Amino acid sequence: MHSKISDAADAEEPSADVEALLADVEAPLSDTARDAVKIVISGGFGVGKTTFVRAVSEIDPLTTEAVMTEKGVGVDDVAGVEGKSATTVAFDFGRISVTERIVTYLFGAPGQSRFRFLWDNLFLGAWGAVVLVDTRRLEDSFPVIDHLERKGMPFIVAHNRFDDSPDHTLDAIRGALDLADGIPLVACDARSHTSGKDVLVALLDHLHTLSAAQEAAS
Amino acid sequence: MMRWDVHEQPDRLFAATGGRSRAYTEFDLVSLVVSESEPAVGMAPEAVQILRLCRHPMALVEVSARLRMPVGVVAILLSDLLAEGRISVRHPSSGAGGGGPSASWGAAAAPARLPDTGLVREVLVALKNL
Repeated sequence: MHSKISDAADAEEPSADVEALLADVEAPLSDTARDAVKIVISGGFGVGKTTFVRAVSEIDPLTTEAVMTEKGVGVDDVAGVEGKSATTVAFDFGRISVTERIVTYLFGAPGQSRFRFLWDNLFLGAWGAVVLVDTRRLEDSFPVIDHLERKGMPFIVAHNRFDDSPDHTLDAIRGALDLADGIPLVACDARSHTSGKDVLVALLDHLHTLSAAQEAAS
Repeated sequence: MMRWDVHEQPDRLFAATGGRSRAYTEFDLVSLVVSESEPAVGMAPEAVQILRLCRHPMALVEVSARLRMPVGVVAILLSDLLAEGRISVRHPSSGAGGGGPSASWGAAAAPARLPDTGLVREVLVALKNL
């Protein structure tokens, strides 16, 4: 689609391309939007991250890519070499305008540990995360939960109930995940706008509790 | 799903950024970009597209997705437009891990820092009422 030849043509006559681009922007942000909040939706492969973002987002989820760097560990560091490697990673996102002033961007982050470097980049500056879990493959969520706990990033866990999911109670899931008492665990249907919104409200509720406690302590 | 591989078009990216590859540090993924001028004759097509896209505020990451150019390349183009006064940028005010104006794309994550309680409450109440 984007061959060099067609791009050369675009460079000479950009207007047609730009009009197509502008026609494509549904639901532009309000001119009063000043502050963007980043929230990360993570979880194992096929757990419903993109479905979740699609259900709550006011735009069709978009995909882009970025070159992400990862600090090398072990031998490289000892040798004094600048141990950084760069990888190009694709990720998707959506957005919700919550007030005239504030917009929330929701980023889907794969939960496999080989995406660890992506987490550091996406979690940077994020308010918090939702970890989606599937009881048929609960262990897929262990790496990202461990990572969030180590980084002290606020998060909640949402059980995406698939139609053929075994019927587990939230208590049983909490036990299997060895989740700390203070971390909320909720059930959801990632396909549902209302259910997805409830999950985000649960995350914000949790953040509010943490933030108020920190303020009271200082 | 749209995918755009940087390796398919190295010449275009090299031309668009003047050969620079360093990630600029003043932009967060969700920094909101707003045009402050109309496209002028002779401007690079990418700059024209950014100015048109950002007539209403748009986050860096969304500009990147809609232009189908990697985030780092768009950040470089934006810093040029910012230096020329053609855009303004509204950086995120807070966030765990530091989301302020000094936050950089590609840096190691800082320890988590909680957002302001009042701001969290504002978002929480608004979300509930959506």
